[in-house]
Amino acid sequence: MTRGTVGLLFALPALTVIALFFFVPVFAALALSVTDFDIYALADYHNLRFVGLRNYLELLSNPLFWRALGNTLYFTAAGVPLSLCASVGAALLVNARVARWKGVMRTALFAPVVTTLVGVAVIWKYLLHTRYGLINYGLGKLGVAPIDWLGDPSFAMPSIILFSVWKNFGYNMVIVLAALQNIPDDLYEAASLDGAGAWQQFRHVTLPMLGPTLLFVSIMTIAGYFQLFAEPYVMTQGGPAQSTLSVLYLLYEDGFKWWNLGKASAVAFVLFLMMFAVTALQMRLSRSVAA
Amino acid sequence: MRRALPASLVAWLLLALAACGAPQGQTVLRFWAMGSESEVLAQLLPEFERQHPGIRVKIEQLPWTAAHEKLLTAVAGDSTPDLCQLGNTWIPELAALHALAPLDERLAASKTLSRADYFQGIWDTNVIGERTYGIPWYVDTRLLFYRKDLLAEVGYSAPPRTWAQLTAVLAARVKDGKGERYGILLPLNEWEPLLALAIQQPEPMVTADARGNFTSAGFERALGFYSSMFESGYAPLVSASQIANVWTEFGRGYFSFYISGPWNIGEFNRRLPQELAGSWETAPLPGPDGPAASVAGGASLAVFRRSQHPAEAWQLIEYLSQPDVQVRFHELTGDMPARRSAWDAPAITADSHARAFREQMERARATPKVPEWEQIVNEMRIVAELVARRQLSVHAGAVELNRRADRILAKRRALLAEGVRL
Repeated sequence: MTRGTVGLLFALPALTVIALFFFVPVFAALALSVTDFDIYALADYHNLRFVGLRNYLELLSNPLFWRALGNTLYFTAAGVPLSLCASVGAALLVNARVARWKGVMRTALFAPVVTTLVGVAVIWKYLLHTRYGLINYGLGKLGVAPIDWLGDPSFAMPSIILFSVWKNFGYNMVIVLAALQNIPDDLYEAASLDGAGAWQQFRHVTLPMLGPTLLFVSIMTIAGYFQLFAEPYVMTQGGPAQSTLSVLYLLYEDGFKWWNLGKASAVAFVLFLMMFAVTALQMRLSRSVAA
Repeated sequence: MRRALPASLVAWLLLALAACGAPQGQTVLRFWAMGSESEVLAQLLPEFERQHPGIRVKIEQLPWTAAHEKLLTAVAGDSTPDLCQLGNTWIPELAALHALAPLDERLAASKTLSRADYFQGIWDTNVIGERTYGIPWYVDTRLLFYRKDLLAEVGYSAPPRTWAQLTAVLAARVKDGKGERYGILLPLNEWEPLLALAIQQPEPMVTADARGNFTSAGFERALGFYSSMFESGYAPLVSASQIANVWTEFGRGYFSFYISGPWNIGEFNRRLPQELAGSWETAPLPGPDGPAASVAGGASLAVFRRSQHPAEAWQLIEYLSQPDVQVRFHELTGDMPARRSAWDAPAITADSHARAFREQMERARATPKVPEWEQIVNEMRIVAELVARRQLSVHAGAVELNRRADRILAKRRALLAEGVRL
């Protein structure tokens, strides 16, 4: 046996599992997405037809899909920068030399990540309640009229964004914190000897040193935010007036509520292609910046 | 809760052991039931098992929210039970999947079951293409819950019977409190109220050749009436999740009318303050010109085609359909019995809130029997919300809904055109 075959043998179990539980389903789904698999096909396979790209074309001509896509992009475009800023900000605070109770603060800020989404969503629904919610109570003290956070189509998505950022920033904070602690102190020393202030140190030492971490974190966050589902599922059911309907929510309804698996698979592939494109673009951008 | 878990686990294990330990020659029936009905079934079954020593019934509980997906998955995976409790709007879908056994022959041979004892509209929901796939177990429909005292305050001693009368009462109720106080609650995330108004119209919502028929004069009239409730400030623009507690708000007089179903009789009895106990009542749903139809809802019992024990499953259905068992079931759950003869029991006739339901049930009407109906009615809710929020006019909403319904029904039309029997 050559070294190559031994290596292959070692990798074989893992490769088999990946092939069986990843590639086979993915290709099956791809095949499904060019058929009109639905409840009639489930009843009798003779009712299944090959429809070519019709699912994709219909999807692209469906205003609901564009609505869902718009909502998802809105959520990602607003949520990712906010989430990253919150993570970096929190990491800097926790890492600051003057900070006390670092362990407690870190735990407290990380806590939302490990709590059950459904549980905290219920609490946030109380906080955001129009008539009895704490947020409107506080705003009322400042003289702001009550806002119908989850019931008004223009406020529902901002509420979901706020909730998601609060729920997720702790995870990235921990990663950024680790990167911050890896920046050698002598860089800051040299910078301060050269007369750099706090902002200049942050701009010219901290940020560049965080670069690779921030790239990784932003790719993961964008990929995660594109898959918005659980928050609207629990808090608004995609409403009001579909203002919180996301692409993944559309997929779930098509596939598991109405059993239109053909259409749902098409949605899945469109979502995959979009995320692939965005990630590729990000990699390219970061490479050209680095060069 | 935490403490109850191990106990229920033990109970399950015992049940499982009991099922394994069934003596030779005994038939075990798998029965899928949902929600609160599944919890009380255990109290009804010992008597059945006593009468039929050869049969044991194994109840498997499903939560309502997951039941639909679970049923479709079971059909796809050939793991359906012997019999099942089915929301009657799901019957067309499961019949299209050839998952249910037709019951007509057993029904004709039955000594205790007769079609004549059932409400016609409800029975009709179980009949697909002249075959009967389910026996109604309990029934529900939507009608008006109202506050007698609040109506009396503005000079009305009887509930409205027509749309015009309803509008007049609402106008009087909200006159001096616009924006603060409302007349009727029509949650934007529920399609049932609009569907109840739409089903009163003479035109069908889906035609026999699988096209949407929402641009009919009748549907536009219903949608117009529905959206006028919001436009005139009679109904708040809210979804149910924004009303923290429907019963508290009803008690406070935030609204005086609520379109809902029979389960709320029990809820209102339990949750309204004691001093309001005599101040609410139910009334048949007002129609365009006098009391009219409402939605035929509820659940049926159905036998699966793949069942190995259809005869035994049918015996269980016959037992659960006996009038005295139905009355007992009503006492345990508050569900409305499906048989007219059970409605004559003193336990039910004594409840004034149930009377309007009996009247409404006689006029209940089935929703269109196509498997795509749930999907269409979901679009109906979405479009109705757009109309209520004035993002679409009534006519534009009807046209849009028709377009969406036609798209959903496209495959059915294509199959019909090819002559496939559906």
